[in-house]
Amino acid sequence: MLTQALFRALDKKAVWVIGIFLAVAVLVPMANLLIPAGQFGHVPTYMVSLMGKYLSYAILALALDLVWGYCGILSLGHGAFFALGGYAMGMYLMRQIGTRGVYGHPVLPDFMVFLNWKELPWYWFGFDNFWFAMAMVVSVPGLLAFVFGFFAFRSRVTGVYLSIITQAMTFALLLAFFRNDMGFGGNNGLTDFKDILGSPVQAQSTRAALFAATAIALALSVLICSLIVNSKLGKVMVAVRDAESRTRFLGYPVEYVKLFAFTVSAVMAGIAGALYVPQVGIINPSEFEPGNSIEVVIWAAVGGRGTLIGPIIGAIVVNLGKSWFTTTLPDFWLFALGTLFIFTTLFLPRGIVGLWSQVVGSRRTRRVSDAAPPAAPTPVQSADIERGEDPASFGNGTQAKPAE
Amino acid sequence: MSTATDTMLYLDGVSVAFDGFKAINNLSIIVKPAEMLAIIGPNGAGKTTMMDIITGKTSPDAGQVLFDGRTDLTRLDEAAIANLGIGRKFQKPTVFESHTVWDNLEMALKKPRGIFATLFYTASDADIARISEILETVRLIARKDELAANLSHGQKQWLEIGMLLAQDPKLLLVDEPVAGMTDSETEETAKLLREIATTRSVVVVEHDMSFVRDLGSRVVCLAEGSVLAEGTLDQVSANPVVIERYLGR
Repeated sequence: MLTQALFRALDKKAVWVIGIFLAVAVLVPMANLLIPAGQFGHVPTYMVSLMGKYLSYAILALALDLVWGYCGILSLGHGAFFALGGYAMGMYLMRQIGTRGVYGHPVLPDFMVFLNWKELPWYWFGFDNFWFAMAMVVSVPGLLAFVFGFFAFRSRVTGVYLSIITQAMTFALLLAFFRNDMGFGGNNGLTDFKDILGSPVQAQSTRAALFAATAIALALSVLICSLIVNSKLGKVMVAVRDAESRTRFLGYPVEYVKLFAFTVSAVMAGIAGALYVPQVGIINPSEFEPGNSIEVVIWAAVGGRGTLIGPIIGAIVVNLGKSWFTTTLPDFWLFALGTLFIFTTLFLPRGIVGLWSQVVGSRRTRRVSDAAPPAAPTPVQSADIERGEDPASFGNGTQAKPAE
Repeated sequence: MSTATDTMLYLDGVSVAFDGFKAINNLSIIVKPAEMLAIIGPNGAGKTTMMDIITGKTSPDAGQVLFDGRTDLTRLDEAAIANLGIGRKFQKPTVFESHTVWDNLEMALKKPRGIFATLFYTASDADIARISEILETVRLIARKDELAANLSHGQKQWLEIGMLLAQDPKLLLVDEPVAGMTDSETEETAKLLREIATTRSVVVVEHDMSFVRDLGSRVVCLAEGSVLAEGTLDQVSANPVVIERYLGR
């Protein structure tokens, strides 16, 4: 049962993507650690961390795409799940500081000593254990998404209303985490990390290992998403996206299909956040900002929603652009981002990946029609063309159709 | 209650109002197992609302809706009702356009609908044979790998009928199946529905009188939310009230 599902998941495209990121997980750390600085091929450590950050964003974008691109749920609050995963990791890293903090308190993090707290709040218990923290990375965003989704989807909140309440959720968490009384460091958040699993966070080898972990996590995320979208459940998700009430009349429990996608997606976003925090060295409430979640939507849209590779490309390309803009033209970044989004919506409804498959598709169609001009493509041929296209297109007419 | 035994669908005294407008008014209809019933009536007579009530999309203000003589449909949601064995074809053909014809049928096929059962589903040989058989019946076997979006209007109607068959329902509700079909397609559809009605109950809503004649079934004429006349097509169309309220216009 599982093996058949795995076999389905590893279609040609997914195998390539997974292979590439597994190769990246090995090659980039090697280029950083084995090739001496200054020599050709050396990847500087800051670059390794920067790329690790992009790859964790790519996991987040992929997670959003699972619910938005495939299931039609436009979540504008996915940054919240990312930040919660990040906070869980941050709490573990805080507990690892031990007596090396400014105040040298063996148990309490600096901000708690500063606020005159006498003992550790109950919800910080257990976070000194790495595996407990990892369990929280997965379960806190997952549980929040499950409970939130259960009530939202059961009440049949859909479309723009759902987008608004997800936005409200992340905003509420933003305000909550800003409060010093919450015990998560208030607006300063959690920072000054020292060790992860006994090795210093700043060390070159740790950074390389964190990068490798992120690339492997991304490859696994692609595998899991591919397993889901290539199964019958994935087809039902697309059906829910395109014709929700029709799917209900076929007898599928639409609420739970959405809940499944939303929860899996939130868990992936949490893992992305946990990988992000040690690489950037800080987590604070600004990660909950509604604008961040909207940016994730833009990554997925620019790359191409409803595909597995699209959001990954989108996250990397847009963030490369962001890094460039914020160093050379910092005042213009938001204008550029807005323009990019409008341009994508108007001219590239299926994103970069859609543009690519349109170019390839039209060339292939031309070749087919050159070879046999009068004959319409046989069902097999047109099926090939269709499969070359993205499986989850967006309804009417935006995609290249086979010549008929 | 005793009258409800031996029926596939039993509507008794059903009423529903939208903002004071009585869309359905004290409607009573009975459909027996393996029986076909055609419903005609002017626009706004409540035909689609009646289907909405049966399939759980709308809940009635009053009255009894029983399936198979015992299950109260007013308490269940759409998915639960569909899984009981009631299939519905909509007025506007709604197939899943970004899926292939084959995938449309595979999704409709009667199988466990749970999340994990669906996630790990692999089509068995029997499933593949059944889907191929349905594709033959609805004449779409040559286009099985094409996207449903590329089908013609009539083919989409047929695909939707095929999806109904794949669901293996005991009761089919078919809303205007021949809208937009050519004459020969209409005849074929009547033949197909008659064939289906030998083993299952079928309720057809249609405006096309020659098609209703082809069905050769019992006819109910609805107007303003209740039954105006009932009988064979000839009896109903000879009824002076029906002529005045529906046919004459």
